[in-house]
Amino acid sequence: MISTRGLGKRYGYRWALQDVTLNVRPGEITALLGPNGAGKSTLLRILATLSKPTIGDCQMANFQLPQQAAAARAHLGFLAHQPLFYEDLSAEQNLAFYAHLYRIKRPSERIAGLLKNFDLYLRRHEPVRTFSRGMQQRLALARVLLHKPRVLLLDEPHSGLDLAGVVILDEVLRGLAKKRTTILFATHELERAQSLARKVVVLANGKLVAASTGKSVSPSSVYRRALRIANRKA
Amino acid sequence: MSSKSIAARPRFLTLLSTLSALLILAATWMVFFFAPREAVMGEVQRVFYFHVSTGWVGMVAFLSAAIAGIIYLIRPDKKWDVFAVAAVEIGLVYSFVNIVSGSIWARPTWNTWWTWDPRLVTASVMELTFLAYLLLRQSMEDPERRARFGAIYSILGSLTVPLTYMSIRIWRTIHPVVIGSGDPGAKGDFSMTQPMVTTLMFSLLAFTVFGVTLLWHRVRLGWLSERVEEFRLKSMEM
Amino acid sequence: MVPYLATVIAILRKDLAVEWRSRQLLAAMLIFTLLVILIFNFALELDARVRSEVSAGVLWATFAFAGTLGLNRSMAIEKEGKALDGLLLAPVDRSVIYLGKTLANLSFMLAVALFTLPIYSVLYNVDLLNGGFLLVLLLGSWGYSAIGTILSAMAIQARSRELLLPVLLFPLVIPVLVAAVRASSFFLQDLELIYIWPSLNLLIAYGLIIPAMGFMFFDLIVEE
Repeated sequence: MISTRGLGKRYGYRWALQDVTLNVRPGEITALLGPNGAGKSTLLRILATLSKPTIGDCQMANFQLPQQAAAARAHLGFLAHQPLFYEDLSAEQNLAFYAHLYRIKRPSERIAGLLKNFDLYLRRHEPVRTFSRGMQQRLALARVLLHKPRVLLLDEPHSGLDLAGVVILDEVLRGLAKKRTTILFATHELERAQSLARKVVVLANGKLVAASTGKSVSPSSVYRRALRIANRKA
Repeated sequence: MSSKSIAARPRFLTLLSTLSALLILAATWMVFFFAPREAVMGEVQRVFYFHVSTGWVGMVAFLSAAIAGIIYLIRPDKKWDVFAVAAVEIGLVYSFVNIVSGSIWARPTWNTWWTWDPRLVTASVMELTFLAYLLLRQSMEDPERRARFGAIYSILGSLTVPLTYMSIRIWRTIHPVVIGSGDPGAKGDFSMTQPMVTTLMFSLLAFTVFGVTLLWHRVRLGWLSERVEEFRLKSMEM
Repeated sequence: MVPYLATVIAILRKDLAVEWRSRQLLAAMLIFTLLVILIFNFALELDARVRSEVSAGVLWATFAFAGTLGLNRSMAIEKEGKALDGLLLAPVDRSVIYLGKTLANLSFMLAVALFTLPIYSVLYNVDLLNGGFLLVLLLGSWGYSAIGTILSAMAIQARSRELLLPVLLFPLVIPVLVAAVRASSFFLQDLELIYIWPSLNLLIAYGLIIPAMGFMFFDLIVEE
């Protein structure tokens, strides 16, 4: 339930994204592949309603952006590069705050459940400052899932995770996909896309250079072809 | 639009520039030779014509910058931002002349370079506000945000300046009130004869026309530098 | 309406909780305030006669400077870890963030004032336990926080943000400072209300106009 048409974003006179048209359906994990600087984060931020597109149409979970951005947010989850936490507060306090913002019913139950799932329950009272990068990522994942979003956007979610974290993350994502959550995650690592995603969309220099159209096209060949096209143009 | 038509100065602007120069010269002549010598204050009173004219134009300039800001927020078109910056710069220069001329007038009249009366203080605060505006712009890298923040700050500034005036007015006043209210605390009033009124009106006209000319030149400069920036960024991408 | 206010309170409580955990800001503001008062003592040679007239000015000048520390820090905690994005992702009206932050800044200013006033009273033998004085403190701090929160949200996104905030803030906050000093001073001298009304009216007007602007503009300031 992500659909864009001719999406473009301009900063000053530079176009960070140009003519991006894509469709992501629920239940399929889709990878947004691309080298650094391709515009993946920019695209995700627009889809997450943190940024407004300069031109083009965008629909998230049946809400038209940017007009219905406020309503859309209740159904979106965005895992950014940064953990988005208040470092001096504890894990539990951070989640409790976000639970309040999302008006979650019976927050303490939900928070406890998530903390246990992500193996953070024992350290729930400690300030986030003391957490390792991997633990912060897991906590961020817990935050993102608090309100059971219909659409999940993740920006390089595997970075900083240890093996155990990767396993948990992949498991969670696959489980959510089965429950018809729409998942789009950005990565520059081909292996991640291959192991986790069903569909692949490739971004280079702000443009969509390739998309896998079916199960028959493997992500790696799509990616390699896309990079070749992108390198030729540059 | 060919590059020639953008870079070439419009004929009307050249005419206007010449006209402004002539008007300023004429106004200056009038101030020194046509306007009568004021009975009580003497020659120094002639500063008054420059003081009021520049003060008026300066305030109008700042106000137009704020209005341009409002328009920009409603409809983000770069031209309103270019206009706003130009208006603020013109306003700063004019208001500075206003403050300095006020000071020059104050010295022989009240024997002090500076008086803490509402109008003078408010004029200074207004000046500082719009200097802060330029500093804000200078600290912003993203051009779209720069314009947006500039617009918001100029609107906030335009609201607080009248409030500043009122707060200090509640505090004290000795600014001469030339046209209007019978303020009991005012000293240094003088009544204006007809030639004085004529001179004042003419200076006002001259400085306004001059201000518009400067504004137009500055807007063109701003617009051209935007185009240069655009070409530069485009060429970098290739 | 109620969920709106509940969210504002949640943001306020979060800011207070962060400060409670680290206690950096309040300590810094308090020490700063006491030092400034000490400096004023030597700079102005506050003798007994002059004190009640000058006290209002000294105190407000002090609060104005100490306040910038609070404003900077309050926004800075949203910037580190990019927590502001977390607030922007939430299905809440952006003005909620503005109101919550303004109330948090107000709380910090009042906390500093309530600590400083007794000390000042003792040091200079001036009775500050005056209902009118405390009212002006509340109104003035509200106006200050209202404009300060808007400007710190802008400054935090600029280069050299700590240098920028005072420059942006002081020209715009003058009405508050002038009116607050006038009203405080008159209250301390026990003058009749009729002399104080104009200043109070100004404070109230400022305290309504500026937050209204904040509500209108905050979204434009924090969005990308």
